[in-house]
Amino acid sequence: MNHIARLRIWRGLDRQAGRWETFEVPFEPGQSVLDGVRWLRVHRDPTLAIRFSCINANACKECMIELDGRTVYACTARLEPREMTLAPLSNKQLVRDLVTEIAPPSERFG
Amino acid sequence: MPHDVMQAEADVLVIGSGAAGMYAAIEAARRGADVFLIDRSLIGRGGATVMAQMTVAVALGSQVPDHWSHHLDDTLAAGRGLCSEKLARLLCHDGPECIMEMDAWGIGWARQNGHIAQAMAPGHDRPRCVYVDFLNTGPAVSKTLRTAVNKTAGIRKAGDLCVVDLARHDGAVAGAVALHLGSGAPVLISAKATIVATGGLTRLYRRNSASGNMGGDGYALALRAGAPLVDMEFVQFFPIGHLAPRLVGMDPIMWDPFRYKLGGRLLNSEGEEFAHRYGTPEDGKYVLTRDVATFAILQEVEAGRGSPHGGVYLSFQHCGEDALRAAFGPVIDRLAANKIDLTKMPVEVAPIAHYHMGGVQADDRMTTEIPGLFVAGEAVGGANGANRLSGNAITEALVFGRRAGASAAAQAQRTQAQPLAREDAGEALDLVAADGPRRDLNTADMVQALQATMADDVGPLRSEAKLTRALATIETLARDLGERPPGDGKAFDPVRLDWLDLRNMLLVARVVAEGALRRRESRGAHQREDFSGMLDAWEVNQVVRRRGSDLAWSARNGATVAVP
Repeated sequence: MNHIARLRIWRGLDRQAGRWETFEVPFEPGQSVLDGVRWLRVHRDPTLAIRFSCINANACKECMIELDGRTVYACTARLEPREMTLAPLSNKQLVRDLVTEIAPPSERFG
Repeated sequence: MPHDVMQAEADVLVIGSGAAGMYAAIEAARRGADVFLIDRSLIGRGGATVMAQMTVAVALGSQVPDHWSHHLDDTLAAGRGLCSEKLARLLCHDGPECIMEMDAWGIGWARQNGHIAQAMAPGHDRPRCVYVDFLNTGPAVSKTLRTAVNKTAGIRKAGDLCVVDLARHDGAVAGAVALHLGSGAPVLISAKATIVATGGLTRLYRRNSASGNMGGDGYALALRAGAPLVDMEFVQFFPIGHLAPRLVGMDPIMWDPFRYKLGGRLLNSEGEEFAHRYGTPEDGKYVLTRDVATFAILQEVEAGRGSPHGGVYLSFQHCGEDALRAAFGPVIDRLAANKIDLTKMPVEVAPIAHYHMGGVQADDRMTTEIPGLFVAGEAVGGANGANRLSGNAITEALVFGRRAGASAAAQAQRTQAQPLAREDAGEALDLVAADGPRRDLNTADMVQALQATMADDVGPLRSEAKLTRALATIETLARDLGERPPGDGKAFDPVRLDWLDLRNMLLVARVVAEGALRRRESRGAHQREDFSGMLDAWEVNQVVRRRGSDLAWSARNGATVAVP
C-alpha cells in the first residue's frame, strides 16, 4: 500500500530570493527522504538540486539538510505520511536549493 | 552571461579521490611533485572506496603461511584466462607493502592474538583478507588516506570539480577542463602528468553498490582523448546485494561480511539450498565465486523459485543470537532499527552491479598509450580478467595508485611546464559555458531509462536480442541528448550535470553492450543465454578505440577475434 508524503522544499540560488514548493511523493514504509527527493527529480522536476554520493549507506555524509528545522542525513531520515519541510543547512553558505557548501575551506576551489 | 574561464596549474593532476587517487597523490608528492587532487564530489567521500564493507586480499601470511604467488594463482584462476598477468602480478606482489603502510598510518586492521586477522573468502586457497570491524573497511581506508594526504606537503585539494574532458597539446594529455560545481564556471587545469582515478561504471545500472557518481567518467575521458579500453564487456555483479525489506543507512553489499564470518544459507522460495545444482555445494559455508553465484541466483528466479521481490533468501536463522552479536555487535542494533531480526527471518538478496573488470589499457607503470595520461584503481582494465576475486579491489586501488603516483612524478620531472591555451580545450570549455536556449529535457528520467535498459538487457545474462535492443535504446537516448547541454549553467545545476554525465554514460554503455554482443561465448561475468560455455577462440581481450563517432574493436596481443 502506498503512502503519501507532502514535501515542502526550499528552492533558489539566493537566500533572499528563494521560494517554497510543495510536492506529493508516494512511498512505501521504510523509504528515505533522499529516496523521495530522487523520485521527485525523475517524476516531477529534474532541476531540484541535492548533494549526495552514496545514496543509501550513510557512508559519504554529504546529504545533510534541515528536516523540520533539525539537521539530518536525507538518506537515513524516513518519509512519513505528513507534511515534511526540507531546507538547506542554515549555518552553511547556500549553493542551490538543498545544496550547501560543506567542504572544509582547504578543499574548495577558487 | 557566460562565466570567465578559471585557471589552475600543477605538476601532477589526480582526478578522483578514492583510495587510488589519494594514494597516487601521496606518492607523487613525496617524490617531489606539486600535486592537485580533485574530485567531482567531496575529497575522500564519494566513489567506491568508502563503500567497501570488509575484505582486502593480500598475502601477508600473518596467521597462516602465504606468498604473493599463491594470491596470483587465485587471481588468474578467477579471471577465467583473461587477466593481464603483468598487472595481476603487480597487484599481488606490491599488496603487502601497501597494506603494511596503511597499518603504519593507523588504519586499525582487525587483529587476533596480536596478528592481523585474515578471513577466508570465495576463490582464495587460504585465509587472505584483512578488514576493519565492523563493516568499516571502506570508511577506515578513506579516513586513513585523507589524514595521510593532509600530512603530506605538496598536495592541493579541491572537491566539486567535475572533469568534462582531458585536454591535449601536441598529442599528449596536458591537463583537463572541469566544471566547478560551486559556481558553474569552467576551469582549465594545466598539468605535466594527469592520473585518471575515477573508479568504475556501476551507476549505469538500476541497482548498484557504489556511489551515485560512478558513471564511467574515466573510461569516457580516456576514450575521447584517444586511449584504448580493454575488457569492457565484463561487469561484475555482486550476487547477494540486499533486496528487501527496505534497509536504510547500510550498504547493500553488507551481507558479504556476514557470510565470511557466519556462513549463512542461500535458499530459494521452496526453502532449499540450490548452489549444488550449479556445480558447487555450499553446506552452509561461503565458497561460491561471484560469477557462479550470480548465475545460480538468476537461474533460480527464472525457474520460478525466486523470492517475492525477485531474488532469493539468505538466512542466518540457524546461527543464534549470541553468534550474531559476537560477530557483528552494533550492526545487529542497526538492523533492528530497520525491523530486521536475523534470528527470526531471512532477508531477500539479488545480484547488484558492483565493479568493472574492464577499463583503460595500461602497462605495469600505469602509463597508457597517450603520453601524459596515467590511470589508477578501478579505472584500469585487465588485472582481473573476466571475473574479479573477492578482496582485490581495494588492494588494486592502493597498489595501482601508488605506482601511478610514482610514474606521474617521474614524468613531471622530465617535462617542461606548458600552460594550456583555450584552443587546446575549446570544445569542452564551450560545453561547460554553454548559454544556449533552455530545452525541456528530463535528464533525471533519461538516466533512469538508461539504468533500466542496462539492468534488463546488459546485465549478467545476455543475448543477441537483448543487446541489440539495448544498443537501439542507447542510440535513441544519445539522439535525444543532443549536442548542447540544457540548464541555466549557474551553481550546482543538476540538469547540466546530468547532461554531462549522460554524455559519458551513453558512450560507455554503448562500449559495454557492443563488446558483449561481439563476445559469442560465456566467460566469467559475461554469460550469454545464446552461447553457453567458454571457447578457446575467445581466450582473448577485446580492445576498443574511438574513431570519430565509431568504435574500432581489435584484440590485444595481435590475437584474432574469431567473430563468426
